[in-house]
Amino acid sequence: MEQKFIEQLKEILEIEDRQLKLSDEFREYPEWDSLGYLELIAMMDEEYGVSIETDDFRKLITLQDLVDEIKKRMV
Amino acid sequence: MAYLKFQNIGISGLAAAVPARVIDNYKYTEHFDEESVKEVVDKIGIKERRFADPDTCASDLCFTAAEKLLREMEVDREEIDLLVFISQTPDYKMPATGIILQHRLGLPKSTIAFDINIGCSGFLYGLTTVYSYMLQQGFRKALLLDGETRSRVYSPKDRNTAFLFGDAGAAAIIERDEKYGESFFSLNSDGAREDLIKIDAGGYRNPSSIESLKEKVVDEYGNIRNDEHAHMNGADVFNFLIREVPRDVKNTLEYAEIGKNLIDFFVFHQANDYINSYLAKKLKLDKEKVPMSIEKFGNTSSVSIPLTIASELPDKLKENNKLLLCGFGVGLSWATAILNLNQCHISDISEI
Repeated sequence: MEQKFIEQLKEILEIEDRQLKLSDEFREYPEWDSLGYLELIAMMDEEYGVSIETDDFRKLITLQDLVDEIKKRMV
Repeated sequence: MAYLKFQNIGISGLAAAVPARVIDNYKYTEHFDEESVKEVVDKIGIKERRFADPDTCASDLCFTAAEKLLREMEVDREEIDLLVFISQTPDYKMPATGIILQHRLGLPKSTIAFDINIGCSGFLYGLTTVYSYMLQQGFRKALLLDGETRSRVYSPKDRNTAFLFGDAGAAAIIERDEKYGESFFSLNSDGAREDLIKIDAGGYRNPSSIESLKEKVVDEYGNIRNDEHAHMNGADVFNFLIREVPRDVKNTLEYAEIGKNLIDFFVFHQANDYINSYLAKKLKLDKEKVPMSIEKFGNTSSVSIPLTIASELPDKLKENNKLLLCGFGVGLSWATAILNLNQCHISDISEI
């Protein structure tokens, strides 16, 4: 699932020039902005059936955090 | 959830008015550099909006639309038994702007007139209110006015919201006729999310003061607003709506026992391009059936539904059309309606 998530994230943020690591702090990406955030919300809803409120989302720092949180909520 | 069903009541005429002053979003650079502006505007799909000049209120936009409609349809004003004004940007805190409009429009003293303060679901809440009064057989005609000057509600220095909102007013005449058939409504609220779109001060909970009007930097990006400007948590609103709106649309179609394919047009509140595209995708709607006016007018709150009908549909309507309308936003409040637009007189959009 980690690989699929990374590919999906690269697609919505339009990152083509490099690979992403699970330890990346996604807010540091130059491509990360408020529209990217909305697209991530839509992607989590559509692909994983999951939603994360901003208060909880604020605590997620790395891609690994994101993946772990999605997995937790996918139950 | 509240479901309502009406028979033989419908909209016989619709008109909209917008300010003549056009704001080119790409040139809205007084507080932001041109490059970041271009980035934002390219993404949000709002190229232009209309801003009312300082002497123009939401009521004036509705007045213009109503006057045009009443004249074109040669309505006898003595027959208007009800006037409802939908707005969160009224002329005054009191009296109700609807009563001022009753006088301005030359309606008789027997006309019931009041305001509804609700937000983006307002046109649909307004329709159910008006339709409910119209169940009284003695009621002949009703005037539903819907106007907002959101350009004044948000800080031009807050990048989160500075490019989104515009002003407009609409007027609809509601009458009784068999040709309107059945209409169905679903109305919803979630007060737990009251803080997602809000003006903190200027009411009675946090009265106006010198402090409330002081501009403050509100986040790490340098966005500036005062406590009497609205703020919006776009992400949480989006998060909520992408689940609740499709659910409400599906439930309303089920309640009405009408298949999605029988709907001619889906008119969504014009909040932003992205949410509407996502809703259309999630509901698997044919893009041809989803008119959009946000590129030209921005987010005009409750007016966006009637404004979109008036600006995008006149050339596309047949004699009878089944419409699904969906409004959602501040409150949070959201509503869905399924109704028939049959030989509706739609005026050209006025500019003042």
